[in-house]
Amino acid sequence: MREGEKDPGLYDFRPYRDRPKLEWPDGKTVAVWVSPNLEFYEIDPPANPQRKSWTRPHPDVVSYGHRDYANRIGHWRMAEVMEKHGFKGSVSLSVALCQHHPDVVANANALGWEFFSHGIYNTRYSYGMDEAQERAIIEDSIRTVREATGQTIKGWLAPALTHTPRTMDLIAEYGMTYTCDLYHDDQPGPVHVKQGRLVSMPYSIEVNDHYGFFVYNMSPREYADTLIRQYDRLAAEGAASGTVMCIPLHSYLIGQPHRIGPFEEVLRHIAADGRAWITRSGDIADHFLATGYDAAVADAARYAKA
Amino acid sequence: MTLDPAYLEYPKRREGMDHGLYPAAPMPSRRPVAWPGGKPVAVTLLVNLEWFPITPSDTPFRAPGHMVTPYPDYRHYTAREYGTRVGFYRLLDAFAKAGVKATVAVNSAIAERYPSVIADILSAGHEIIAHSTDMNGTIAGGMDEAEERALIVEARDRLAEVAGTAPRGWQSIARSQSFNTPRLLVEAGFDYMCDWVNDDLPYLATTEAGTIVSVPFNHELSDRQMIAVQQQSMDSVAQQIEDALAWLKAESAQYGAGRVLPFTLTPYITGLPYRMDAFEALLGRLAGDEATWFATAGELVDSWRPQAGG
Repeated sequence: MREGEKDPGLYDFRPYRDRPKLEWPDGKTVAVWVSPNLEFYEIDPPANPQRKSWTRPHPDVVSYGHRDYANRIGHWRMAEVMEKHGFKGSVSLSVALCQHHPDVVANANALGWEFFSHGIYNTRYSYGMDEAQERAIIEDSIRTVREATGQTIKGWLAPALTHTPRTMDLIAEYGMTYTCDLYHDDQPGPVHVKQGRLVSMPYSIEVNDHYGFFVYNMSPREYADTLIRQYDRLAAEGAASGTVMCIPLHSYLIGQPHRIGPFEEVLRHIAADGRAWITRSGDIADHFLATGYDAAVADAARYAKA
Repeated sequence: MTLDPAYLEYPKRREGMDHGLYPAAPMPSRRPVAWPGGKPVAVTLLVNLEWFPITPSDTPFRAPGHMVTPYPDYRHYTAREYGTRVGFYRLLDAFAKAGVKATVAVNSAIAERYPSVIADILSAGHEIIAHSTDMNGTIAGGMDEAEERALIVEARDRLAEVAGTAPRGWQSIARSQSFNTPRLLVEAGFDYMCDWVNDDLPYLATTEAGTIVSVPFNHELSDRQMIAVQQQSMDSVAQQIEDALAWLKAESAQYGAGRVLPFTLTPYITGLPYRMDAFEALLGRLAGDEATWFATAGELVDSWRPQAGG
């Protein structure tokens, strides 16, 4: 990024009109990926100078316990429902979960889920890291996931969405192909980095279950209805444009007994619709790099100022 | 810019939890439990019966539901009292009409000030557990240990004096504990605590003084969270509770294992006239469902413990 400038220069402006169409496999109109955040939050983490981890003095029993529910109960319930309807997860992973709860990670891996990094812990933030420190968490992520799952991570969602001005350049330098941290579009697009090719993968803050339940205060059925509307719209528009829909989840929320039933209806709806390429984030990035990236760069050039 | 190198050190990065209170226990590793009569789902109702001094102390923090305006906050003081005088009696009547038993977490100030309320709870067969002294009796990390111990013992003793027996269970205000709380509860003779929200089933917690059962009362399944925080209607709450019951019944059938549906109630929230009909109708449907076993916290623990080897 262009550090300190008003426009961080992450990508080029391209309006959502007259773009070259993104063609998904088998003529599907919308690429749908489900992103369970498999996280570990520490009960007594060190303080980051720029952001508190827990809002209350440690131990924040309710907040910590709520998140611990994911690894004890929620994950298993959510994973079973996803598998039943044919949805593989693309996991935003606190990589220390590989140490703390290897059974959760092994379960996701055995189901054919993809892993990308969401930092070491969701209670350790990138704010204030120097370059060597940020390289250390990236290298730790690559090594830890490889050792635990055999997978090489292709993507990044910053821990608790905390970034530095170097993050995009560094992850691209380490060979990653997509970032889930940019929310400017419903299609993938090129991100400006010093080396390599990096794709912005539409992840959604707006239909993230955390936003649904704790920002918009939706009931489980309202949230399910929201996801179905989001899907129906993107599937319809995608016939002309080729769209991406992400469903970002936290199993301590969606895996609660009062929420999982309505959510299952969403998966049933999408699976039965026929327009969805139900896939994983890395597969979308690979497909876009092979078939859409160069056209997107050329499209952007049409709007570049002389 | 650089961070303290310790920020990238992870001394507790190892298999299991990052503390010693309880071990990791993923659901698939659990031994199935069965409830009395082969009922698939234990429904555990918990009522928070609380007294808010009009002079909040804010040490260590101000409890949810406490005073809001500058002193004297007649509005909130009296609206909370409404819960005890009126709303709670609506709840007691609703429980009786549905033929169900509940657990009531009571500030000891309620027992001291309104002993007839304690008699009314006990004569209806509900369980009383301790819930600190009054709504100034909050606990949080960093609290002085002797002060916290005195608070727990005072709440226990003053409640026992009126109720006639010592409470077996404890719930902290706002479910907020310090690192010492579980051990202090064991030392004070408590059998179970109702603060942790990390599970659907009871589990055993271990302290330096011995063990204590953690009975989860999911804060998400509460009128405070759904109505006061998330601004939903009692109709929506009823729908959510019934969706949860349907899911837990199906899960119980699939795995041949008992499940628990907790629901935490607040007299000054649910006990309002315009919410009570919907609540009573919900309670009637839950009680009329053959899958449910309404259990107090103590009954749940007593059924669970021998099965879990705890």
